[in-house]
Formats: sequence, structure tokens, C-alpha cells
Amino acid sequence: MIATVADWLGAACLVAGAMLGLAAAIGVLRFPDSLSRMHAATKPQVLGVLLLLLGIALRLRSMADLGMIVLVAVFQLATAPVAAQMIGRAAYRSGRLDRDLLDADELADRGSGGGSAGSG
Amino acid sequence: MITVLAVVLTALLSVTALLALARLYRGPSLLDRVIAADMLLATMIAGVGAEAAVNRHATTLPVLVVLSLLGFVGSVSLARFAVREPA
Amino acid sequence: MTGPRDGGREAVGEQSASRRGRFGRWRDQAIALGWLALVWNLLWGQISWANLASGLLVGSAVLVFFPLPAVTFGGRLRPWALLVFASRFAAELVSASLHVARIAVQPGCRPRGAIIGVELRVRTDLNMALTAEAVTLVPGTLVLEMDRESATLYLHVLDTHGPAELVAARERTLALERRIVRAVGSAAELRRIDNPPVEKGTSP
Repeated sequence: MIATVADWLGAACLVAGAMLGLAAAIGVLRFPDSLSRMHAATKPQVLGVLLLLLGIALRLRSMADLGMIVLVAVFQLATAPVAAQMIGRAAYRSGRLDRDLLDADELADRGSGGGSAGSG
Repeated sequence: MITVLAVVLTALLSVTALLALARLYRGPSLLDRVIAADMLLATMIAGVGAEAAVNRHATTLPVLVVLSLLGFVGSVSLARFAVREPA
Repeated sequence: MTGPRDGGREAVGEQSASRRGRFGRWRDQAIALGWLALVWNLLWGQISWANLASGLLVGSAVLVFFPLPAVTFGGRLRPWALLVFASRFAAELVSASLHVARIAVQPGCRPRGAIIGVELRVRTDLNMALTAEAVTLVPGTLVLEMDRESATLYLHVLDTHGPAELVAARERTLALERRIVRAVGSAAELRRIDNPPVEKGTSP
């Protein structure tokens, strides 16, 4: 009984994770500039991978594998924001953003940094 | 149920990988390609993990660990490279 | 009369701080070693004495050969606040992911963004790192730059429709910082968060 419920829940998690990944890919393809694409690539994708790992854990149901799954989840949570921040900073510094799509830019107002790089 | 699940997951992940590949091909800058490659790697993690979950075996779990670290190292090093590269 | 007593207390405090510094450094290393050994055990898939011993060996080799700048953990863990933070974090992760996913699949939507600077109230490296990580993972925001001097995070906010949402994003970030400090911060940091010094006009 419990096994069946866990199986179905795991299957639902797998499908939900895959669908979030798909939405993230659509966002990466459709969003107009690099920074918006970063948003799609970090958030729905991280949650998608986490849901998928939850699905795996629910279907495997063994302690030894659970440790490794938790490890992958922790790596994802710890590394995805760092990578996103580095790519975002690189995108901003090389001026690769659409200023028409920005409502405010307090980083450029600060004075230093690549404020003038965006006009080229 | 297993067959349906496998088919649905395969379809979703294949479309995801194709979209990421399209961005990888079109991406105007190196950073867009880095993002798309990261996306593609995450899809690979999803694919390997989904296969392990559907067939109920744990032999490929270490691959997941390696892939999740590989994506991080790859994006960070390419981002550093992109900062140095002018325009 | 209060002067010398305060000075004396300060000297004593300094002395004990330096002793605690050395002890704290040693303690930080021990904690890092413990985590590395745990990760090693999880990588092998089972926890056994052999794995524990080899994990400690590998962990100490890593700590000796790849020394990192010490991050001092000045606070203490509060389990209840940690639980509050974790559950709010999970809820925001889900809602933010659904939001971005909805924008992505909505036809004809060109999301506008904005870059705002949020000045954090607690200026330790650990707090900045934790807040930046959490902010990047949760609601529609992405950290672009950090200014370590003024503890300011510069965020890119996706899908904004006016100044009101920028204020909301700033408040969300500060609320997130408050939850993090409540979970892992020290008592002094907690006081700073709960009754912030009113210095907007006077401080440069």
C-alpha cells in the first residue's frame, strides 16, 4: 500500500521535475537578454532537478542511495547560485544587457563598474 | 504504468534538450552558450536520474554526483574566461 | 569612574577574544573536517569505520593542502528559526519557480527587469554569502555584484511593473536576511536586525 503510494508520488515528482525543466528551457530560448535567461536557468531548473531527485528517492527507497541523492541535492543548491552570480556578473560587466528592458539600474548609479559599457 | 512514465519522461526531456541545443546554436554571446550548456547538463542529470528511477537501480547515482559538480566547474571557468574576453 | 572600568573590561574582553580566536579557528577546522568526512561517507554510500577513518584522512589532507580563508561562525544554531527559514525558503523556491516558469510559457510576454542595490544590516562575510545564495535561489532575483565594504548586494529583479515592486523586492530580501540571522546569527547580530539603528539621515 505504502509502496504503491510512494511509487505514484515518485512518478508525479519525476514528471513535475521534467516539466519544470521544459519550462526553464522554453524560458532560456525565449527571454530577450542574458540576465533574464539566467533567471530561467537557475530557478525552475534547480527546483526541477530537486523534484527529480525526490522522485528517485521515493522510488528507490534505500538508505545508502538516499545519502548520495542528498549529496547531489546539496551540491545543486550550493553551486547553482554561485555559477549564476558569476555568469550574471560577467554579463553585466561586458555590457551584454538590454537597457530598454531595465526599469532602474542602481549599480550604474554607483559610478564605478561597467556603466558606460552598455551603450556600445 | 512504467512504460507510460518512461515515454512521457523521455518526450519531456528530449524536447528540453532540443530547446537548450537551439539556444546553444543561436546564442549571440559566449555567456548565452554557457547558460544553454548548463541547461543541457542539467537535462542530462535529469535523464540519467530518471532512468535510474524508472528501472529502480542505483548504479548510475555516482554519475549524478560527477555531473552536478562538472556543471559548476564548467560554468565558473567559462564565466571567468568571458570576463577577460573583450566584447 | 566608569572610564577605567570600561577600559579594563575592554582589555579583558580583547584578551579573551584573542584566546577565543585561536580556539575558534581550531574549532572551525574541526567542524570542516567533520563535514568533509561526512561527505566522504555519503559518497561511498555507507557509513562504516573504514570510511570514517579514510574520510578523516582525506579531509585533513584537503584542509592542509588547500587552505581556505577562515570563515568564523560567530553565532549559534537555533533549530526552530532554522526550520522557519527552511520552510519559507522551500515555499518561496516553489512559488518563484512557478512564477518564472509561467512567464516563460506565457505567449507574447517580454519581461522587464531592474537592478537594485540592497544594503544588508549584518556585515559578516558569512551572512552576505548565505543571503546572496538564498536570494539567488528564491523570488525572481539574481545577485549580480556584491560590495563587501558597504555590504550591498546588487540584484537583478525579473518581471517588474513599476517602483512599488522594487520596494517589495527590497523588503523581501531584507526579510530573508532577518530569517537567516535568526537561524544562525549571534545575539548581537540579532539585536541589530530586530531594532535597527535609526541612522538613515546621519550616517554617510
